[in-house]
Amino acid sequence: MARPAPTHPLRRTATVVATLSVAALALAGCGSSSGSEANGGAGSGKCGTTDKTTLTVGLFGTFGYKENGLYDAYEKRCPNITIKQDVVEQSADYWTRLKTRLASGSGLDDVQAIEIGFVADVVKNHASQFVNWNDVPQAADLKAEFYPWKWQQASNSSGTTTVGLGTDIGPEAMCYRKDLLEKAGLPSDPTTLAQQWSTWDGFFASAKQYADSTSKQAGSAFLDSPASVFSTAVYQGTTAYAKDDGSPDVESSDGVQNAWKLATEAAADKYTAGLEQFSPAWNKAFAGGAFATLACPTWMMGYIQGQAGDDASGTWDIAPVLPGGATNWGGSWLGVPTKAQHKAAAIAFVEWLSAKQQQVAMWTSKKQGGHFPSNSQAAADPAVSQATNSYFNDAPSGQIFGKIASEMKIPPIGLYDTQIQAAMTKELINVATKGTSPDKAWTDALAAVKQITG
Amino acid sequence: MTVLESTQELGLADDRAAGPEDTPRLRPRGRGRRRGQGKLPGARIGYVFVLPFFLVFGAFSLYPWLDTAWVSLHDVRLSTYQQQSWVGLANYRELFTSSFFWNAFANTLTIGVISTVPQLVMALGIAHLLNYRLRGRTFFRVAILMPYATSLAAATVIFLELFDSRLGLVNWALHLVHLPEVDWQGSRWPAQVAISTIITWRWTGYNALIYLAGMQSIDADLYDAAAVDGAGKWRQFLHVTLPGLRPTILFTIVVSTIGAAQIFGEPLLYHNGMPDGGTQGQYQTLGLLMYQQGWTNDRLGLASATAWTMFVIILLAVVSNLLVARWRTRGELR
Repeated sequence: MARPAPTHPLRRTATVVATLSVAALALAGCGSSSGSEANGGAGSGKCGTTDKTTLTVGLFGTFGYKENGLYDAYEKRCPNITIKQDVVEQSADYWTRLKTRLASGSGLDDVQAIEIGFVADVVKNHASQFVNWNDVPQAADLKAEFYPWKWQQASNSSGTTTVGLGTDIGPEAMCYRKDLLEKAGLPSDPTTLAQQWSTWDGFFASAKQYADSTSKQAGSAFLDSPASVFSTAVYQGTTAYAKDDGSPDVESSDGVQNAWKLATEAAADKYTAGLEQFSPAWNKAFAGGAFATLACPTWMMGYIQGQAGDDASGTWDIAPVLPGGATNWGGSWLGVPTKAQHKAAAIAFVEWLSAKQQQVAMWTSKKQGGHFPSNSQAAADPAVSQATNSYFNDAPSGQIFGKIASEMKIPPIGLYDTQIQAAMTKELINVATKGTSPDKAWTDALAAVKQITG
Repeated sequence: MTVLESTQELGLADDRAAGPEDTPRLRPRGRGRRRGQGKLPGARIGYVFVLPFFLVFGAFSLYPWLDTAWVSLHDVRLSTYQQQSWVGLANYRELFTSSFFWNAFANTLTIGVISTVPQLVMALGIAHLLNYRLRGRTFFRVAILMPYATSLAAATVIFLELFDSRLGLVNWALHLVHLPEVDWQGSRWPAQVAISTIITWRWTGYNALIYLAGMQSIDADLYDAAAVDGAGKWRQFLHVTLPGLRPTILFTIVVSTIGAAQIFGEPLLYHNGMPDGGTQGQYQTLGLLMYQQGWTNDRLGLASATAWTMFVIILLAVVSNLLVARWRTRGELR
């Protein structure tokens, strides 16, 4: 499946074969969900229950809770609780499964993760099936801790219903290979680059310089993929793929038009290696040094480290800027289904996970995968803001992404952003590698979008 | 299911095979006690025995089949499954006017032909060779079935590496003999050939074994008679083996046609598990299109219309296979 906006680095293995269950096309529609029961509230005590309870947590990709010891910490805090996670590798497969369970009203975990790619759908179509966080007793306190836009993305337009508490966000900067830029005769210190790359014009000037360089590493390109430009620039518009009400609007969106112009320029001028992001070829290219820069949401740092390996440690760095203005890529929430078996315990657990201290731990722990706090108080904590990343040449990652997070512009999100972005970036690959004209690619992309929106 | 059974089921058994009229019937003659009531005790109990099959068939074939037809007449998304709106034949209209459908239809046809025809011809040749008294015959028979026993995902991953445009073994070999390198992923025909290679590799041995079984049921006297008449190995193959194998061949053609119409796993894995069949849809088959419509794009109504269209296409293909076979047989009898 397409994965242009994965919250979490997705490791690809041969297990994709799990998607082969095409025969299940016709789904048995079972009992409908009533959903408007009163929310559980805090239940009894800090753990929500005093009974011996096993909480199931439905996740996708790598959330890192288990790896960073947060389950162990919670089980120590609440000895009557055991946490069991239920992980689907690809967020798209996870979403299909969640939809099936929501439609049938059964099989839901006590906690269900919700990704930015489908949070709008959950808010629009399934809000009554999730605990409304505005109704829990300490709602106002909780709300005050999060970035306002993060809370809003999981809420309806009037703000009365909120389906999940934020986990991480994906403020973006540019990651680059110091050694490759130097070889091509470009500056490589973050301060200079931040100045040059504050606009797309400046960024493309560097791209041209790299492309024209005779000393650059043979066969390497400035950027990984036109998607690095497109998926970033599209959220710099007043709208991206959807109108304010969440209904899809691609053709007349200023964000899409500008991003398309920039990305086709990068593609046609051979500034990119023409790789599909998250493809095996792209993964291999990290180690091979086939490109010098890529758009870098916080979670991409973990991905780069995983693909490029320890040998490349110190060759990478972060330019504290995103050409054209700060935006977000990715992020998730945790929701509690109203039909959860252990609702009160689940609510207590999600509140604990989303609290400042745990979000700080996620960013600062050794095994962190670039989960930047969606809890703004956690982001302001010195442990986060003063954090550096040794893999990225000791870049002050906490300060860089904290600043970008505070400046981000957030256009409305829609029901089909993920699929639309996949269709558009796929056509950009054709421009980069097959010589397709930008106009034909645009027509084809709109036809593919029509298939999605219906 | 053995080959013989399936050929009979398809009505393909040649005249030498026993007809279905000879099926034993449960007719308990001479059991006086029940006879007077005019009832057949065996008949009722028979229904009980076949019931499990029909329960499973009803739950997993008939019901989904009918429900898919019903869903195909509605605008349905999985996320809003309870709110289906009746649209009549609009999904079918959209499908038949969509360039995506005709692209997938053409791809299914071409990949089907490229993968099936060489596959069956090679299988026939291999079966013929294995039919001789070779040293280590059993080893070869097991060996040719190995690809069939290999997991599809594993096989496709290996072939992806072989056909890698930059680092693959195939392009390296082409380079060695001074042939131009080929974009095995991005270009239409090379990609379709590569996918067909995976399918051919996996299924050739399986079909060869079926042919081999068919060949061994041919009476050895026929070969002796042909040899006495002066027929060499090649003539024996043409005039004894092939006619004797006709029902088996027809069976493999029918099964391969059905398989070809449903090609799914190989092209899916060939593009990293994405059902778009390449950046230009250059190897998107009908199966992939249906999957993309239903699960990626969440449009179950349109996907159901595709599913039903595929079903009709497969039926038409199978029926035309059978008609051609019958027409040929009749032509020969005349």
